Amino acid sequence: MPESTLMGEHRQEQLHPELLHHFADPEQQRNSASLGMWVFLGTEIMFFGGMFCAYLIYRHWYFGDFGAASKSIDATLGATNTAVLICSSLTVVLAVWAAQTARRALLISMLVVTMLFGLAFLGIKGKEYYDKFEEHHVPGASFSFNNVPIPSHPGEYANPRHAQIFFSLYFMMTGIHALHMIIGLGIFSCLLYMACKGHFTPEYHTPVEIGGLYWHFVDIIWIYLFPLLYLIDRHP
Amino acid sequence: MGMPTVVPQQRFERETYLNKEYGIWSWLLTTDHKRIALLYLISITFFFFIGGFFALLIRLELLTPAGDLVQADTYNKLFTQHGMVMVFFFLIPSIPATLGNFLVPMMVGAKDLAFPRINLLSWYLYIIGGIIMLHCMLTGGVDTGWTFYVPFSSNFTNTKFVEAGIAIFIAGFSSILTGLNFVVTIHRMRAPGMTWSRLPLFIWAHYATSIIQLLGTPVVAITIVLVACERALHLGIFDPKLGGDPVLFQHLFWFYSHPAVYIMILPAMGVVTEIIPCFSRKRIFGYQFVALSSIAIAVFGFLVWAHHMFVAGISVYSALVFSFLSYAVALPSAIKVFNWTATLYKGSIRYDAPMLYAFGFLGLFTIGGLSGLFLAALGINVHVTDTYFVVAHFHYIMVGGAVMGYLGGMHFWWPKISGKLYPEGWARLAALIVFIGFNLTFFPQFVLGYLGMPRRYYDYSHMPEFQVLNVLSTAGATVLGVGYLLPMVYFLWSMRYGKPASDNPWNAAGLEWKTASPPPTFNFDEEPVVTWEAYNYDELDAPPQAQEVTVA
Amino acid sequence: MAESAASGHSKSSPLKLYFGVWATLLVLTFVTYRVAYLELGPFNSVVALVIASIKATLVALFFMHVWHASEKLTKLVIVAALFFLLLLLGLTMADYATRTWS
Repeated sequence: MPESTLMGEHRQEQLHPELLHHFADPEQQRNSASLGMWVFLGTEIMFFGGMFCAYLIYRHWYFGDFGAASKSIDATLGATNTAVLICSSLTVVLAVWAAQTARRALLISMLVVTMLFGLAFLGIKGKEYYDKFEEHHVPGASFSFNNVPIPSHPGEYANPRHAQIFFSLYFMMTGIHALHMIIGLGIFSCLLYMACKGHFTPEYHTPVEIGGLYWHFVDIIWIYLFPLLYLIDRHP
Repeated sequence: MGMPTVVPQQRFERETYLNKEYGIWSWLLTTDHKRIALLYLISITFFFFIGGFFALLIRLELLTPAGDLVQADTYNKLFTQHGMVMVFFFLIPSIPATLGNFLVPMMVGAKDLAFPRINLLSWYLYIIGGIIMLHCMLTGGVDTGWTFYVPFSSNFTNTKFVEAGIAIFIAGFSSILTGLNFVVTIHRMRAPGMTWSRLPLFIWAHYATSIIQLLGTPVVAITIVLVACERALHLGIFDPKLGGDPVLFQHLFWFYSHPAVYIMILPAMGVVTEIIPCFSRKRIFGYQFVALSSIAIAVFGFLVWAHHMFVAGISVYSALVFSFLSYAVALPSAIKVFNWTATLYKGSIRYDAPMLYAFGFLGLFTIGGLSGLFLAALGINVHVTDTYFVVAHFHYIMVGGAVMGYLGGMHFWWPKISGKLYPEGWARLAALIVFIGFNLTFFPQFVLGYLGMPRRYYDYSHMPEFQVLNVLSTAGATVLGVGYLLPMVYFLWSMRYGKPASDNPWNAAGLEWKTASPPPTFNFDEEPVVTWEAYNYDELDAPPQAQEVTVA
Repeated sequence: MAESAASGHSKSSPLKLYFGVWATLLVLTFVTYRVAYLELGPFNSVVALVIASIKATLVALFFMHVWHASEKLTKLVIVAALFFLLLLLGLTMADYATRTWS
């Protein structure tokens, strides 16, 4: 009896070289990895949730000032970045599909395109940060936000101190989002390496799937950041 | 079990997780959950004694009313470091990362946790955080209090808050990864037949704990990031100068830090739920209620945080609601205490050391919990806020509850972990010393607090009438210190000189007792198939046992 | 994920769906961008957040394959995380909303 199970285990190992020793079968391994990533994304929701909480409260308190500060950010750049991320999400899902259907060339090219989109996003983000730096909108000693009118309230000007809270939140939220993008690029570099080495098969491509989940999640965060930070009160 | 008595000689030759490999790298690069549990055990013990050292200095300072032993600044650093080390580097990882790490896979019948490498990573993160914390303490320390309220921590203190924040952030990441591993393991790695309703309640408790670790820790992590950036980069998020709200910080902080108490106490409850049926030889009373009350505590625990802020300027209506909800969290806790006592009822109770700790837990947790209800009441809360009443309350929960559970669990599973029996007589003595020392230390603090002694004062020379109670407390702390040193000494002693333990020295239920002591690397020689309910002590005791339970 | 080539599920190509979702997301991004310049009073925020939520749901359901997930556990994880997020936001904001009462 023990011998036959031993044989069984050996056969499993030969059939599934990626199966780790403590899992019974590849399905258990795949389901565990997927659940692990989903649970991790749950923690990420709470991680960003703390900042969203602070943001919502201050936005409610200082709506006009937040509107004025929000208007100073280039919404077209923000919208472009949103589009870039949505395109990258498409290429990610295509990469997963390519892995599932054993299209290795497509998988590799989709991973590369995704990373290019990610870099484009960070580039545009950098341009935005540079503008803010030039305009002295970075919180700190050199911060200045004087005589900026509040949208829809003619003759009223934003309180620079409250605007500084907005920009603090803006830099924290987009900064930590950008950090997640950079981590995502790191993950995708690993995936690219593994794909080039031919690690992925229709039976085993869990890393592509869970890496993709992470990327989509970062995209979802941006989907909320875009209207909250860029589109508070745009009309003149 | 197939092998009733194992001859010591065979035992010596059998391959276990301890003797499979030797050398430092076989430990530092291990992915075996049992070895990682031991790595954690060593590290948290180290931090426990560091935190205890600070506690000792605090108690020494308070021996006399005058501030004579240390300066005010030093005293601030002492209680801050005591709190930070004990909370983030001992209590949070204590039971989950050691006993939980060791037992969760075995109890569900798995070979390892779902992500063994992430498990090792979590220990390394803990160590990195710990080293940063040590560096921070050795080069000046922090004086913000473990709660690091803004704006003091962000704008005013000239101590090393950012460094301590980074340390706590990294340690928090390690805690998240442990919780993640547990959740996935409990969902995915259960042995055939191990249904949810057959899981040991230790597992249910750890599942509930993991929920809190996963959903609470990220919030305090981002809060630390915000405060650290406010301090280091001069952002303004909580800064009242800019119109920010420091109370918002407290909301975010306590959203984690109140449930964090349940990260400490729920695993201890899980331990006690294993010990009490075993030493009463009875099935646990009300299995479903105990299981679901763990989940209820985890959820309700997230609804009560603002009772830490009743005097901080939150809205009256909000305070009323939070006061009510704080009472609500007492319900699942009371259900547990009720079920434990009902399990004891008419049981054949044995007073071995683990059971003594479980009894200690029952009493002390009940006192701690009830005094928590005092604090949930708005009127009393306002009266005793920031007094020693609060200090006594949370030490009854965290030390009287969590540490008692931890020590009880360490004794209960030590034969499994080490393959050796600890000296029972010494262990009972230590349990007694801990119990006496604990009450002597902290009960006077209830009185002190009720009389109005504020916490975090190093000098109470304007109220010398408090000295008697403070002397009692300091004397108790000394006794408690001895009580904590003893187990460490005899556990170490037993590793070399202890009698070999049989596979199931307590004749306990649970899969972990069905494998060898110490277990083989993959826990079970063949995959277990579960066909019985948890705590089937009636079945275990039904046939006359050939094997006599002998404990030194 | 539940979808694997072994199950034969991927025979019917999902590409159409992926490109459809992608196009919808782009259109919604454009809509939210344009609507922000209209004068809708308090509804500007409402519209922006509703569109964002639709987009997020689309990404989760189709790109992250929640729609086809074979088991409810994935959904449970998402719902649980969102529930606790709402607790954080709701109970905190309840404090701020009621501070000025009385």
